[in-house]
Amino acid sequence: MVTVMELYQLLPRTNCKKCGESTCMAFAVALLGRKKNVAACTPLLEVNFKPQKEKLESLLLPSAGAEETGLIVHPELCTGCGNCVVACPVDVANDPHGAGMGCAPTNDKVIFKVVDGKVIASNIKECRRFGKSRVLCYACIDPCPTGAIEFV
Amino acid sequence: MVTCTGCALLCDDIEAIVENNRIKETRNACRRGAARMKGCVNRLVPSIDQQPTDIESSIRKTVDIIKNARSIMLFGWNNSTCEAQAKGIRLAKKLNAVIDDTSSFCQGLLIERILQKKLRTCSLDDIRNKADVLVYWGSDAQDSQPRHLSRFSYFPRGESRQRGYEEDRKAIAIDVRESNTAKICKGHFYRIPLKGDREFILALIEALSGKVPVYDTKKMLELAGILKKAEFGAIFVGIGLTYSIKEDFDILIALAEKLPNFNIMPMVGHYNMRGFNEALFKETGFVNRVKFEKEAIHDDKYSIMESLIEKNIDAIMIVGSDPLASLPRPILKDLASIPVVCIDPCISMTSKIATVTIPCAVTGVESGGTAIRMDGKLIRLSKIITSGYMPDEEIMDRLLEAIS
Ligand code: SF4
Ligand code: SF4
Ligand code: SF4
Ligand code: SF4
Repeated sequence: MVTVMELYQLLPRTNCKKCGESTCMAFAVALLGRKKNVAACTPLLEVNFKPQKEKLESLLLPSAGAEETGLIVHPELCTGCGNCVVACPVDVANDPHGAGMGCAPTNDKVIFKVVDGKVIASNIKECRRFGKSRVLCYACIDPCPTGAIEFV
Repeated sequence: MVTCTGCALLCDDIEAIVENNRIKETRNACRRGAARMKGCVNRLVPSIDQQPTDIESSIRKTVDIIKNARSIMLFGWNNSTCEAQAKGIRLAKKLNAVIDDTSSFCQGLLIERILQKKLRTCSLDDIRNKADVLVYWGSDAQDSQPRHLSRFSYFPRGESRQRGYEEDRKAIAIDVRESNTAKICKGHFYRIPLKGDREFILALIEALSGKVPVYDTKKMLELAGILKKAEFGAIFVGIGLTYSIKEDFDILIALAEKLPNFNIMPMVGHYNMRGFNEALFKETGFVNRVKFEKEAIHDDKYSIMESLIEKNIDAIMIVGSDPLASLPRPILKDLASIPVVCIDPCISMTSKIATVTIPCAVTGVESGGTAIRMDGKLIRLSKIITSGYMPDEEIMDRLLEAIS
């Protein structure tokens, strides 16, 4: 998962405010939270920023799938405690003898996994907030001590 | 699967992906554990009087110091394997040394009562399978043992707790501040004033005995009600509680007697503190603060603090510990006045002032062995990558050899 700092490093860092945010850092936060689009930073459209722009777009791409349920993990807040891994009802149903019992996930059907000390989310389509019979599930947000999981 | 030595939970379900003899990625380890497995930021180098040297010279100089000391202390041990600890205790016996560990200013009092069987305890697996009421007292597990709630206590489904935490388990926090653990125990957080644990325990004992406690009557009766109904409870005693009642520790035993369905679990930080406590207890009947003479003498004056302040020791060897950073009061000038040997994988505040430094392997990463989890279970540690560094066990072998 990409961090605010990684996004920030790729911005022009001139705090020109053209994107409507007061600083480039604020814009980076808005990017991560998917409240703003890369294109809002007009200085980035200049040719000499092309590599940065492409990098930003590719960094923001992997979780594009998350947009449908709006699930975002803030890696800088995540402690890797695994509460969400074990509490998510999808993880319990798909891996009752692994994640469901507090152990390491035993298959790839779970939504949450801890990699390098931080949670990453996949199989987002399985999330109970998604699909026809969606419900407003809070089972990963409530057990998170640091507020690292958010739905936008 | 490998074992993480980031804390005394010793999670043994970690995957480490190794590339070119380096850990490239970890899976399932929390952030603290992942950082530990990636190794030190600053690796210690062998040195004498702050001048870099080779490891053999460092060991020779250490042998000089331990042979010439009249009364040496061997301190640390909580980040060493059981094998290294056993050899450390043997070395202490041969040298008539004073031996102490971090539990001396941490969970020693509690672990001693548990090993003396004065407090009922159980395994973490029992907690996962059976526990319905969990009390985190003076412990921010979420910070110190990050996977405690997810692996064993609150969130997992266990044999007789199949319905998940919302229905099957209650988590309670008693603390002086609203820690991350307390945040999870929503609705069951009891804030107490600093050093207020003793009064809280006494009031709780009253409430459990059917009397009306004077202290925060309503909340106390509510808590007593929850505890009485527990089928299988656990009190996770953190250093906050142990520290606050250290003058009158046996009131915890009195409380436990009122709670026959509860078990006491020591919340240990360093991965093998319990291992050292158990080994010394088996040998001497005490968990720390021991001097070996014809027999083992236990006295508070053999704690690292007292020994340094009272100048009972004239040299110290510190293994895998950073007392300069972790002791509750300044001891720099006391340490600076005697020869200090520091054995550690990484640079620490203590290593920076040490007379001699000996770098060792990172256990659980560069060397294996065994350690004892906070609940007393023996866990095998993994050697994941190879390095040229000696495990601390081997350094103990060298020292034992040199003095016999
Ligand atoms: S438009 Fe781009 S460069 Fe200007 S302040 Fe916004 S983020 Fe920074
Ligand atoms: S909202 Fe519910 S189903 Fe979706 S990821 Fe979170 S816990 Fe799992
Ligand atoms: S519960 Fe929060 S902090 Fe813990 S692993 Fe999940 S996202 Fe990270
Ligand atoms: S909880 Fe402790 S032992 Fe488990 S992964 Fe985290 S640091 Fe390592």
